Amino acid sequence: MATDFNSASGLKRVRGLGSAKSGVHHWWLQRVTAASNLILLVWFLASLILLPSFDRSSVLAWISSPLVAVPLLLLIVSTFWHARLGVQVLIEDYVHSEGLKLLAIIVLNFFIFGIAAVAAFSVLIIAFGGVRA
Amino acid sequence: MADNRPLSPHLSIWKWRVHAITSIAHRITGNGLVFAGLTLFAWWLAATATSAEAYATFSAFAGSVFGWIIWIGLSWAAFQHLLSGVRHLAMDSGWGYQLGVSKLSATWVWIGSVLLTVAFWAVFHFAGPGVF
Repeated sequence: MATDFNSASGLKRVRGLGSAKSGVHHWWLQRVTAASNLILLVWFLASLILLPSFDRSSVLAWISSPLVAVPLLLLIVSTFWHARLGVQVLIEDYVHSEGLKLLAIIVLNFFIFGIAAVAAFSVLIIAFGGVRA
Repeated sequence: MADNRPLSPHLSIWKWRVHAITSIAHRITGNGLVFAGLTLFAWWLAATATSAEAYATFSAFAGSVFGWIIWIGLSWAAFQHLLSGVRHLAMDSGWGYQLGVSKLSATWVWIGSVLLTVAFWAVFHFAGPGVF
């Protein structure tokens, strides 16, 4: 066993979960959302250039189209999800007290879901015609 | 088994090189994009949905000198994080761990992020909505 550097228990090794919990799932979703961010961000930046103006009426008209509202919602889900995973790693790396770490991750989740809900609701209410210019 | 684990001999002797700076910059730009970029993105959408007054408040910020510093900074941070992220995805597949390749790809992240930022604002200036 001279080449075996794995210190995990047999059960953990069989389950393939590293130190336990859900690290592999976290790692994989970080990559998947990175790929979707890339596609959706290129669309978003191109859309900003193609907007006729940044007046409120132009932005409302732009979001009113389903072809804009749907990718905009996908952009919100993808970027906020990626953000939540990324900042969680930052907290886990730098906050060493177990209680403070737990608290910081809970605050992070409140922040991410709160801001994402505001962004998604704003797009939906415009797309469903609930906002008058 | 545990006795055979390899150990690095000089954990405290190291220096900043381009790949190390690129690695920490990925984290800094990523978290900056979350707390500045996503928050402003949500403010823009919420202001659009709320009222003409709310949108005017956002526009006054967005069009100010401070606002423009933020937009240009965020665009560079986005391109830096994007290119560094693509480099990470390539390295996830096993590519680019040789010292020379790693340094070269890290250097190109920096050059590319500046080039993309300049290119984006040039296109925005000549083909965009005419605010810049």
